Amino acid sequence: MKITLKVWRQKNRTTKGEFKTYQHEHVSPDMSFLEMMDVLNTELIKKGEEPIHFDHDCREGICGMCSMYINGHPHGPLQTTTCQLHMRTFKDGETITVEPWRAQAFPVIKDLVVDRSAFDRIQQAGGYVSVNTGGVPDANEIPISKNIADEAFDSAACIGCGACVAACKNSSAMLFVSAKVSQFALLPQGHAERKERAEKMVAQMDAEGFGNCSNTKACEAECPKAISVSNIARLNREYFSAMVSSYKVTVGGGE
Amino acid sequence: MKWLIDLFTSSLGRKLLMALTGLFLISFLVIHCTINAMIFYNDGGTTFSHWGHFMGTNPVIRTLEVGLVAGFLIHIFQGLLLWKRNHQARPVKYSVSKDPKSTWYSRSMGLLGTLLLLFLIMHTSHFWIPNRTHQFTQGEELPLYNMMFEVFSNPWVVFFYVVGCVSLFWHLLHGFASAFQTLGLNHLKYNGIISFIGTAFSIIVPFLFALMPIAVYLKWIN
Ligand code: SF4
Ligand code: FES
Repeated sequence: MKITLKVWRQKNRTTKGEFKTYQHEHVSPDMSFLEMMDVLNTELIKKGEEPIHFDHDCREGICGMCSMYINGHPHGPLQTTTCQLHMRTFKDGETITVEPWRAQAFPVIKDLVVDRSAFDRIQQAGGYVSVNTGGVPDANEIPISKNIADEAFDSAACIGCGACVAACKNSSAMLFVSAKVSQFALLPQGHAERKERAEKMVAQMDAEGFGNCSNTKACEAECPKAISVSNIARLNREYFSAMVSSYKVTVGGGE
Repeated sequence: MKWLIDLFTSSLGRKLLMALTGLFLISFLVIHCTINAMIFYNDGGTTFSHWGHFMGTNPVIRTLEVGLVAGFLIHIFQGLLLWKRNHQARPVKYSVSKDPKSTWYSRSMGLLGTLLLLFLIMHTSHFWIPNRTHQFTQGEELPLYNMMFEVFSNPWVVFFYVVGCVSLFWHLLHGFASAFQTLGLNHLKYNGIISFIGTAFSIIVPFLFALMPIAVYLKWIN
């Protein structure tokens, strides 16, 4: 296969980037998109040019690092991660445009690499259970219905890749935040801190400068882990009920 | 009180305001459409004017009208603000956008809303504003039924009213179900019925509204 690649090149956070076109002559249909990029980078290095920087880690669809906006879709035309996208998805001779995630809250660091630490800060704001979990509890010691266990598991499948933000016309992070809030809200271990968690994570999300969800559901359609927008409805419920009912106890009584 | 301010200035709180005012405006549409549909009785405006008079003079309705104006203003203001914020959230746009996986009208609520706002300005300056002004200054209502024949004798006005109704159709088609999702009212058992009612509502109400100027213009009503 031969393909033409239009790739976003940007030196650092502050410089203005631009598209550069590369002719790629040695593409096998069995290569993953990242392997194709590796081959191109090897050629660039041999020519003495600077290779294209992109994020990647596990290359098996579980770490969420491989952020690339390919031909108008996060992770390309299929609902998967870039590392799990194969060149057979494209036509011989096709021109493929690769851009970084575009969002105020995800600034470009270099080429296709963006800074997603905003997600980490949202997670650190409340996406945890702050007790020691101790040893593994006996099976069925905490009764949880199969439905709920499955739903919590599905929410927990979010890999924090940011494709939801990239796909959303509003650059909203609500699918991500809703998945993280849901995985705890559904389980008894998460109940103790559920109000505080929803309030803090939403406040952090807003502080990071993500947009506001307008329910277009583009995120759900592009999420490689098929996180459902029903999580966003749950986030809304969690947040509203937390905001109207939470209170702080100070020494000497409630506020 | 700080928590209330925090709530309604947060992203989710602003969306909540959009959903609540949106549903309130939807309930207004039901009443507005029902009363206006009285013109189809074709009885020279007797039934229509009876109810129109009730709506224009009943103290309870007049009080609710203040809420309605507030509802419109909040919905418009929050909508514009959210639109601006959402644009700021992506300063550098993508160069390629192909086969998006969402409907065009769900992505165009700001545009549709702006069309509706322009329509609203035209529509209120045809009927509501002159009527209320007259009530305030002269203590009497204007003959709305007769005014309607005059306004809708202009084909351009009829055209713009129909454009307004078409925008309303698309706006409601996304907005109705979207409001429930924002309120967190999402449940496997009820999602189907919500989207069914939303679709039916967004077809029936704008269709009836569009029929009114057309019927007057084509003299189906006289
Ligand atoms: S919700 Fe889906 S698209 Fe968004 S970060 Fe999680 S896995 Fe990625
Ligand atoms: S590299 Fe880990 S998900 Fe793609």
